[in-house]
Amino acid sequence: MSLLAGPDGPAASSGWSAEGPRKGFFTDTSICIGCKACEVACKEWNHNPVDGPMEILGSSYDNTGELGANTWRHVAFVEQGRERIEEARESGRRLVSLGMPGIGPKPSGPRGAVPAGDLSSTDRTPPDTPEFRWLMSSDVCKHCTNAGCLDVCPTGAIFRSEFGSVVVQEDVCNGCGTCVSACPFGVIQRRDDGTVSPHDEREAPDERRGTASKCTLCYDRLVDGEQPACSATCPTQSITFGETEELVEDARERVADLHRRGMTEARLYGANPRDGVGGTGSVFLLLDEPEVYGLPPDPQVPTKALPQLYLRTGLAAAGMAAVAALSFLGARR
Amino acid sequence: MARRTFLDWPVIRQLRGADPTGRGTAVTSERTRRTAPRTAAADGVTDSVCPYCAVGCAQRVAHQDGRVIQIEGSPDSPISRGRLCPKGAASEQLVSFSRRETTVRYRRAHGTEWEDLDLDTAMDMIADRFIAARRRSWQDEDEHGRPLKRTMGIASLGGATIDNEENYLIKKFFTAAGAIQIENQARI
Amino acid sequence: MQDFANADLIVIEGSNMAEAHPVAFQWVIEAKKRGARVLHIDPRFTRTSANADRHIPIRAGTDIVLLGGVIRHLLENELYFAEYVRAYTNASTLISEEYGDPEDLDGLFSGYDPATSTYDTAHWAYAGDTEQVARGLPERDETLQHPRCVLQILRRHYARYTPEMVQNTCGISPEDFEHLATALVENSGRERTAVFAYALGWTQHQGGAQMIRTAAVLQLLLGNMGRPGGGVMALRGHATIQGSTDIPTLFHILPGYLPMPTVGEDDFAAYTRKIGMKEQKGFWADADVYAINLLKAWWGEHATAENDWGYHHLPKLTGAHGTYQTVMRMLEDGVDGYFLFGQNPAVGSANGRLQRLGMAHLRWMVVRDFSLIESATFWKDSPEIESGELRTEDIGTEVFFLPAANHTEKAGSFTQTQRLVQWRDQAVRPPGEARSDLEFMVDLGTRIREKLRDSTDPRDRAILDLTWDYPRDAHGEPDAEAVLAEINGRHLTGERAGEPLASFGEMADDGSTMGGCWIYAGVFADGVNQARRRTPGAEQEEIAPAWGWAWPANRRVLYNRASADPAGRPWSERKKLVWWDEEAGCWTGHDVPDFPLTKRPDDPGDPAQGGAAALAGTDAFTMQADGRGWLFAPTGLVDGPLPTHYESPESTVPNPLYTQQSNPTRVTFRSEDNLSSPGASAPGGAVYPYIFTTYRITEHHTAGGMSRSLPYLAELQPEMYCEVSPQLAEEVGLEPYGWATLISARSAIEAKVLVTERMTPLTIGERTIHQIGLPFHWGRGGTAMIQGDGANDLIGMNLDANTQIQNSKINSCTIIPGRRPQGAERGELVREYRRRAGLVDLEHLEVDGAAGAPGAGPDQTGAVHTVRGPEEAAAVPTEESTTKEMRNR
Repeated sequence: MSLLAGPDGPAASSGWSAEGPRKGFFTDTSICIGCKACEVACKEWNHNPVDGPMEILGSSYDNTGELGANTWRHVAFVEQGRERIEEARESGRRLVSLGMPGIGPKPSGPRGAVPAGDLSSTDRTPPDTPEFRWLMSSDVCKHCTNAGCLDVCPTGAIFRSEFGSVVVQEDVCNGCGTCVSACPFGVIQRRDDGTVSPHDEREAPDERRGTASKCTLCYDRLVDGEQPACSATCPTQSITFGETEELVEDARERVADLHRRGMTEARLYGANPRDGVGGTGSVFLLLDEPEVYGLPPDPQVPTKALPQLYLRTGLAAAGMAAVAALSFLGARR
Repeated sequence: MARRTFLDWPVIRQLRGADPTGRGTAVTSERTRRTAPRTAAADGVTDSVCPYCAVGCAQRVAHQDGRVIQIEGSPDSPISRGRLCPKGAASEQLVSFSRRETTVRYRRAHGTEWEDLDLDTAMDMIADRFIAARRRSWQDEDEHGRPLKRTMGIASLGGATIDNEENYLIKKFFTAAGAIQIENQARI
Repeated sequence: MQDFANADLIVIEGSNMAEAHPVAFQWVIEAKKRGARVLHIDPRFTRTSANADRHIPIRAGTDIVLLGGVIRHLLENELYFAEYVRAYTNASTLISEEYGDPEDLDGLFSGYDPATSTYDTAHWAYAGDTEQVARGLPERDETLQHPRCVLQILRRHYARYTPEMVQNTCGISPEDFEHLATALVENSGRERTAVFAYALGWTQHQGGAQMIRTAAVLQLLLGNMGRPGGGVMALRGHATIQGSTDIPTLFHILPGYLPMPTVGEDDFAAYTRKIGMKEQKGFWADADVYAINLLKAWWGEHATAENDWGYHHLPKLTGAHGTYQTVMRMLEDGVDGYFLFGQNPAVGSANGRLQRLGMAHLRWMVVRDFSLIESATFWKDSPEIESGELRTEDIGTEVFFLPAANHTEKAGSFTQTQRLVQWRDQAVRPPGEARSDLEFMVDLGTRIREKLRDSTDPRDRAILDLTWDYPRDAHGEPDAEAVLAEINGRHLTGERAGEPLASFGEMADDGSTMGGCWIYAGVFADGVNQARRRTPGAEQEEIAPAWGWAWPANRRVLYNRASADPAGRPWSERKKLVWWDEEAGCWTGHDVPDFPLTKRPDDPGDPAQGGAAALAGTDAFTMQADGRGWLFAPTGLVDGPLPTHYESPESTVPNPLYTQQSNPTRVTFRSEDNLSSPGASAPGGAVYPYIFTTYRITEHHTAGGMSRSLPYLAELQPEMYCEVSPQLAEEVGLEPYGWATLISARSAIEAKVLVTERMTPLTIGERTIHQIGLPFHWGRGGTAMIQGDGANDLIGMNLDANTQIQNSKINSCTIIPGRRPQGAERGELVREYRRRAGLVDLEHLEVDGAAGAPGAGPDQTGAVHTVRGPEEAAAVPTEESTTKEMRNR
């Protein structure tokens, strides 16, 4: 851990008991089918307004564009040809060092292991490089270990929850927008009126109007022991929710498995605690460079230099105070 | 609402608590501390099935004061295991969408606008028209004198989101009435 | 669904499973994680392809050549599952000497009558003594060497379906073909199984039933039927589209797949004998019992042995009366009233313009839906109003829009794609005047019965004698469970009177029981709504028998007797499902055995008894009259006993196999509003050089009534678009995300352009074939949040003769940059292209022809219509004598 987050994780350093493990997402884009159920389930649960101008955006099957105040899950669609795939395979191979013990396909769900019987003839040869591929990836707030939005919020509207997530309190937020520029991922936005509200018939007013808005990791579900709406609905479990530490372990195993199958383009994003945000609570398995998905390759929290800044500011302030005190003293004379 | 004491002031909580940087427990608002899922207030949760495709994903419908407040997948289902696609996930809007009609609309022959009509009158008019159409277009037999016992004056086309029980009664009644052009999305 | 995870190979062909059935696709992902391979064969690279191990692009409509090629590969190289094929299929059965194959008759089977464009299917019968054949004991050659045995016929039939033929027809390279064939062979047999998944990509063709048949033949040869992780999985598209077929609202069948009676079947015994003969093998031998129970359910005490159980109350068919025939009848003012129950034909049916024009000819129409869909408002804002073709004031159709209750507002059951019946409880009451269709029907029926109460007209007897006393709750809502109980059936007399039937085996032929749908008998066994069972999946074994109820008999895998070898042992430990337990003396396993429980594997069967008793211990296909899986289908199909490749009528490619270009039995409607491109058969076909194929996408549902007004879905795919390859975009000059106009022989529509490498031009011989993709969810008019031109407007009403389903998958068009003209100019544009294609003369011809054609117009005099049966279908001389016209609507 670095910067403002303490050694027991971000929640502990924010006053929560250190016992509750950090929660987050693992988004395995290698099994994303681009159905956008996560976008819809998120909006349904959070009653977020629709976003777009109701026109095709010109970005393959993506018509919601990007994460923002109204869209807290966003699925990117990327179409690529053979050359790019080979480059991705090469760059992934360089990134991920293998050397993990060989394991079979990982069973998932309650159905358990691979059916018994002779599988010795199972073809394990790496796949041919396809001529074309269509990448899909569901993006979400990273719930950074060192969260820019949280660090700069002047009103205390953003807080670190007991789950390690970063949550905006719309009843506190005054809409100053300082957080918007502090997010290295461009995730948090201030909600304007929205274009079309699906809930114009609903009685409850949109309390988030005018306030900063982003994924809460479904704080109001987590407090009840439920998982977030997006991971609960994800048909293929491309999005899983759980304890960050375990998810990262799963993610590493999955990368290793894909590399064994020849898909060396697989790599992790957000799982490195030494990166510019101290690692994220939302971890991704990508099949290409982050930029391809619209993710910053090297996100930096703007408050990274804050301790030094504090130190300098503190010294300066002390100096100023001393000068002021001296001047008072002088004046009394 | 609990009275706010001096000790609840965020800055005091920050200074006296375990959150010296004021980014966690110290700044939570009272509302935040009372956070609960909106489904916690539900009067009940009803088991249902998604109305879109034929996978048959199980749904749980949370309702409050006679209104649906949330629809999610039911993890109990051995088929869907709690998951829903975007349509299933949006199915709560199928209840609440603003363009939904909840009253009878009537367009008279050659009319240029919709008119109001109460349900009872509408049902009666439809029954009369059904009987008249049946009489007008009844066929007792074909040109060879073979029994037909039918009407070609009435047709029906159903979507495939109508229940088995509904389909059964549509087929039963219309067939008994001699209508044979009874069709369904299943043909399309 | 869950069974996908048991497969070692999943071939998805004619389906875009990840997009159309995303939640089911979790089982494909599950299978992949367990080590299975997934192949996707489709004209387009879709979200399914993106998650498959390999995508093989195919020219639309050539699936029979591809799979026929695999069949040839199996037969030529002796790679089929010999033991399975010998025991469980009709490979050894000899076929009549009258049978002639398309290989010898240049594309036609024997028995074809060009005058009616139909076949005499007697030519395809089993060889042998008539009575023996009827008993399911045809002549056989167990050595499989006889030239007239099915296996040898199959071998000759597919001999020319070589990898080269596949390449020249499907545009699939020999490498990709080899990959598919090898994957299938390696993943079939005792230890392994492969599954095929298909959807509308196979059904919506003129010859679609035969595409599905090809997969069935292939899976039988590979021994993948009735086994875990095997089979041919139909991925159906709507919540209870399976239920709508089982308990049908379809013109040709009654509940439980009993056919509607046809004119001339004036005798109950003759009617039931046509369905199943007492002496035949298997469960259809009791067709009369099922029919009696249905009639008892409908007419209660008025159905007696003396009056043929009320059989004479049933109306009689005189041919096909499908939804498209009905539209033609509407246009001739032959239909007064039209009910739409949650269906939107103005957008969802082929040739949308004719659908809307047809509605303008009605006297009245009842639309039951959630919102004012395009079919409800056609008189106000349809494209034909916009073009000036229709004027609101001129339209005499009275429209009743009745708001409908949705799935949370009523109780009832859906039957999903694997025959699983699942019950929904009611969560809330419907708002305002919204009502369920159940309440609507009970109410309508009750009112009509009341109005006719004093009628002495014998024509009203069938209505008045109907059982129609459904209990209602305090709000007046009928009890859906009472209807389900009637569908299940109960004992009427004797000690068990009133008790629900536990299975169709309890149905009697003496009127002492009743049941509305025999295959659903058991859904209310013990008086318990079995469809409402919800034991969590985690608390039961994989097959989850205590979740819902599957027909028949809560069986999850049909024909699962075939999961054991002829001696009753599982083919392998890895693939065991159902087996013979020698100690217990019965069949047992993970699923409900699809076989008489105590019939030993070595039981020779008792031909003298017929029915289930006549089945031998190895007759695994218990619904077939001979107990065998049919590689060769002697009955049941109208266009051939074996799948044979024909080009779609608008295809621009000449049939590489036969002179016979298109399916000779296909059904079309000759009308100037339903013209077709001549395709490869005349130079004018070049005016419409591109094939387009329509489909659905994840974000929308069918005609959009349940998605285009939902904000969260509307924003995800807000506009109508077409998908084209970069090469085609270059050729035509299309701008990415700009507008294009697509023109077919029927209409012109506009769409945004997605230029994408997901669309692959295919090389067929010397030519490059471009295919265009069009989602069909959009429409104009109504109150939907997002609107756009409807793809179905481009499509003609051209049907598969087996199913009367329209061909939506291969039609031709041209595409030009820019938006389409508005108003009357739109029609002019369409006509201009028709003139270029030489369809003008045809138009005149057809107008002339139509004037002299027999109409089925309104009959104001009360006299009987002139009605034509299928046998009398008029053959209209056209450029191709094999086009069958259905005037017999």
